[in-house]
Amino acid sequence: MANMLANIFGSSPVFPLEKHMGIAFDCAKQLRGFFAAVVAGNWDEASAMRAKIVDLEHEADQVKKEIRLHLPKSLFMPVPREDLLELLLVQDKIANRAKDVSGIVIGRKMAIPQSIATLFLEFVERNIDAARQARKSVRELDELFTAGFKGAEVKLVTALIEELDQIETETDDKQVALRAALFKIEAGLNPIDAVFMYKVIDLMGEIADMAERVGRRLELLLSH
Amino acid sequence: MEAEFIYIGLAALFGLFMAWGIGANDVANAMATSVGSKALTIKQAILVAAVFEFMGAVLAGGEVTSTIRSGIVDAGLLSDTPELLVYGMLASLLAAGTWLALASAKGWPVSTTHSIVGAIVGFAAVGIGIDAVQWGKVGTIVMSWVVSPLTAGFIAYLIYQSVLKLILHQDDPLERAKRYVPVYIFFAAFTITLVTILKGLQHVGLDLSLQNSYYLAIVIAVSIALIGAVAIRNIRPDKKAEKKQHFHTVERVFGVLMIVTACGMAFAHGSNDVANAIGPLAAVISVAHSGAVASQSALPIWVLMLGGGGIVIGLATFGRHVIATVGQKITQLTPSRGFAAELAAATTIVIASGTGMPISTTHTLVGAVLGVGLARGIEAIDLRVVGRIFVSWVVTIPAGALLAIVFFTIFKAVLP
Repeated sequence: MANMLANIFGSSPVFPLEKHMGIAFDCAKQLRGFFAAVVAGNWDEASAMRAKIVDLEHEADQVKKEIRLHLPKSLFMPVPREDLLELLLVQDKIANRAKDVSGIVIGRKMAIPQSIATLFLEFVERNIDAARQARKSVRELDELFTAGFKGAEVKLVTALIEELDQIETETDDKQVALRAALFKIEAGLNPIDAVFMYKVIDLMGEIADMAERVGRRLELLLSH
Repeated sequence: MEAEFIYIGLAALFGLFMAWGIGANDVANAMATSVGSKALTIKQAILVAAVFEFMGAVLAGGEVTSTIRSGIVDAGLLSDTPELLVYGMLASLLAAGTWLALASAKGWPVSTTHSIVGAIVGFAAVGIGIDAVQWGKVGTIVMSWVVSPLTAGFIAYLIYQSVLKLILHQDDPLERAKRYVPVYIFFAAFTITLVTILKGLQHVGLDLSLQNSYYLAIVIAVSIALIGAVAIRNIRPDKKAEKKQHFHTVERVFGVLMIVTACGMAFAHGSNDVANAIGPLAAVISVAHSGAVASQSALPIWVLMLGGGGIVIGLATFGRHVIATVGQKITQLTPSRGFAAELAAATTIVIASGTGMPISTTHTLVGAVLGVGLARGIEAIDLRVVGRIFVSWVVTIPAGALLAIVFFTIFKAVLP
């Protein structure tokens, strides 16, 4: 009977969600080292980085399952359960995209053409920045819950999300520039390699897209 | 009466056992909130609980005790057969104790108060006759079981809303917290001291006029608020922890407030729940001493002290472990939320104690926590468990009654 009070508390999804976002960002962050190794032609290093990405993606999956398991319909929360699950889903996609893009590159041993390498690495970096900003925003979840999704804390998170949108726009610009640069040299490439190069750029850009969607999901929570 | 000492001895033993059980289990709910939010260490919590549970029991436990003792059974019907009241009260204690032990073993969320009231109503209605129960009073008691969690929930909702508006929504929550927390401390201390003075002090021989009672309560509350304000002023922001959690220092300020509300909660709990253990004992004593059913005899102070002492022993033996377990599970109740729940519950309970209503302190606290939840303060509340609490609420009364009838029949056959 002493458990009467203890048991009415469901397990809070807040810190697990923050943890999951942390892992997803960590996973995306590995792409920097991965592509540096690919550009340098160091495939041993690239494979090691790829293994790390796969492990982190797996870890994120585990946390995701854990959160879903502890989020039954009977929970009464200040925000709808569905919105939190959606947030979790887009967070998870950041890790998924990191795994997908590294998988294609490793599987086809794709060399990044030297003439677009610098541009490409910058593009990767900015996508990682977007994921980092998404993590920074999600880290405010516990404060948002404490403040009941109102007041000064909401302004703070709104500002973080605006910055996130800004970064995402920059990745879009970089993506356009990168495609243009690739277009100029595509005639000289193996046609299949060229097609996959476009594919890699698309997948890479989706990391920032997913990060932006994390921001959109957070905004939805704020509007409750 | 020949068997006077057997009766009193048995009743004291059962009563002590019941008090021990309350101390071992129920007190944890009152104290774990403060431990879970790290406002108090377990050692401090046990010390606070021991002192304030005892004070609550002795100073403000009299009204509820007399309700349990003589408010449920119509003693007038028993003037020819006073021994029936003795058997019945002994049976009720044993029935409630057994039911609680069973429920603890099975992990059912049941209330001590509901068990004992169910048991007394059961033995009186079946063992003596339907008319032996003061149904009007029992109706009021059952109503209070519905009203008290609702009231506590409503108050908690308002308190937490005020915390959000005044402090947590602001740009400078720390400055705001330092300004407003002493005010909350004042209200917490004022309510609890006032009820104690109004309802408890005649008990220990002091009789103040109404006006003087208010003055005294204000003076005490202001002093406590001042002490709190000094403690708060010394809280310095921890930059590293702040980076992780912006409200870290703010919560530490609320931690000071929570020490006060924890004292209040322990006091309130003692004032209401001690009656469950010693109410029947008091009834047995008055019959055994006088040999007749005298509902108006004074309540011996040693009985209240026995109850308070039993709670403290239960706390010292098993309570520590239970507080630690519950405390770990309710970390969602940070000081800013926990104090709102505790203050609302303590206020409701102390007022109920003052009017002699035996309510379930734990259900009241649960109601208060739900109130904070409705104010969007709690991250996740499991509604299934809330439902289960309601079911056990309904089951406990007939269960206590049934057991009491069985024990009553046995005692009638066995005891002299």
